[in-house]
Amino acid sequence: MLETTVENDGCGCAGSAKKCLPPLPMFQPEPDNAPCCGAPPGPPSSPDERPGYRLCSFVERFVETQGGMVPQVKTCLGPGDWLGSLRARLGISRDRYRIAPGLYSVGAAGVDSPVLVTANYKLSFDALRRELAGVDAWILVLDTRGVNVWCAAGKKTFGTDELIRQVQRTRLEGIVRHRQLILPQLGAPGVAGHQVRRNCGFSVIWGPIRARDLKNFLAADQEAGPSMRQLTFSVLERLVLIPVEISLIVKPSLWVLLAIFALSAIGPQFSMMLAWQRGLTLALAYGVGVVSGAVAAPLLLPWLPWRSFYLKGLLTGLIGGLAAVVGLRVVGWDAVAMVLLSMAVSSYAAMNFTGATPYASPSGVEKEMRRGIPIQIAALVATVFLWVGGRFWI
Amino acid sequence: MKDFRYLAGVSTLVLHPEVCVGCGSCALVCPHQVFAVTGKKAAIIDLDGCMECGACALNCPVDAISVTPGVGCASYIIQTWIKGKDADIQCC
Repeated sequence: MLETTVENDGCGCAGSAKKCLPPLPMFQPEPDNAPCCGAPPGPPSSPDERPGYRLCSFVERFVETQGGMVPQVKTCLGPGDWLGSLRARLGISRDRYRIAPGLYSVGAAGVDSPVLVTANYKLSFDALRRELAGVDAWILVLDTRGVNVWCAAGKKTFGTDELIRQVQRTRLEGIVRHRQLILPQLGAPGVAGHQVRRNCGFSVIWGPIRARDLKNFLAADQEAGPSMRQLTFSVLERLVLIPVEISLIVKPSLWVLLAIFALSAIGPQFSMMLAWQRGLTLALAYGVGVVSGAVAAPLLLPWLPWRSFYLKGLLTGLIGGLAAVVGLRVVGWDAVAMVLLSMAVSSYAAMNFTGATPYASPSGVEKEMRRGIPIQIAALVATVFLWVGGRFWI
Repeated sequence: MKDFRYLAGVSTLVLHPEVCVGCGSCALVCPHQVFAVTGKKAAIIDLDGCMECGACALNCPVDAISVTPGVGCASYIIQTWIKGKDADIQCC
């Protein structure tokens, strides 16, 4: 009997343990307020809806606590969450991808459940909740202006004052019996643990770097092993950063392309056709430089020689530029100009990737910039000189 | 992380052992295992592994550590060169 119900119910929960509604009868008395035309009305509003607020799709229900109603969130991501992650990774409206700060719950969170602290960047929040299936916990979301934990800690928005503020605002001391907050270790540049305890009575426990280690951390009496405290920067971890790097280059690139076509029009006699062709050729060299510096250099990072990123970028730009001139069969000064442009652009793009890595020190970046930028400018000036001058010499 | 080493001899990290009380906070929060606590004192065991994030200095209860923390990103540093260190800079 149960099987028949599951097959015929059409309520979309076949195979699940949920109890399904019986199929609707063929003939139903029409309600008095039935519309005279158009499709039948949709489902009624959720009892959780409030005027002026919008329900978030990641909220399962609201639970009553000593500190008021707290949203209980789902631990699996829906299509909308995945789409949002994709958009953020591509750099589309990334700075507006945020959720409301405050207290959330997972599972059957109670007075003894741990409190996990995170940022209000939706990508960070999703990374946390998707690792909490089967866990009963509270999530305290700080207002980091939609920035991830690590970057926000550097800017102190994931900081001591904000943490204390949210603990007090959410009346956490009435919701949980214990006095502990579990913070991601990468939040430590912004939060002084000893000051949090002094000012709001809650002590800070430094949790693992990655959310996926949280279950093991909680199971091991909140003790993080060495591997949980060890940063990694794998190929995949580098790969997901590349689209944002590219998206940051797109806007200035429009100006660069304009300049490239303008430079390509300069010559002893003006020809629209020639200007267009030369413009495309140099634009390709520029594109190769971007790919060499913002894609190839990050991916090949540990295998490229030298520690300075500008040198790594010069190398990938050289190889990319040479491949471009060989492929397009460009010779002479034009070829030299193209390779130099590719190297300059690649070197700069690779140098900018330092900010996305978890190991480049600002003092080191400044040091390599003092060496790299003069070289990049020199290569750029030489490119312009050879690309324009070459037409007058030959 | 052993595959990734950045420029040597640049970190501004300084530990004052005479002030240190050996609580171990620095070793706990450091994402690059720069510190080790032996006996009742912390020591810097890998200065060149330091990325100057400032977590250790902020979490030291007796201010025994100093470091100039900052954002290690080229476009940010260029803006500080142009606008000055205290300017409101938009970055990553």
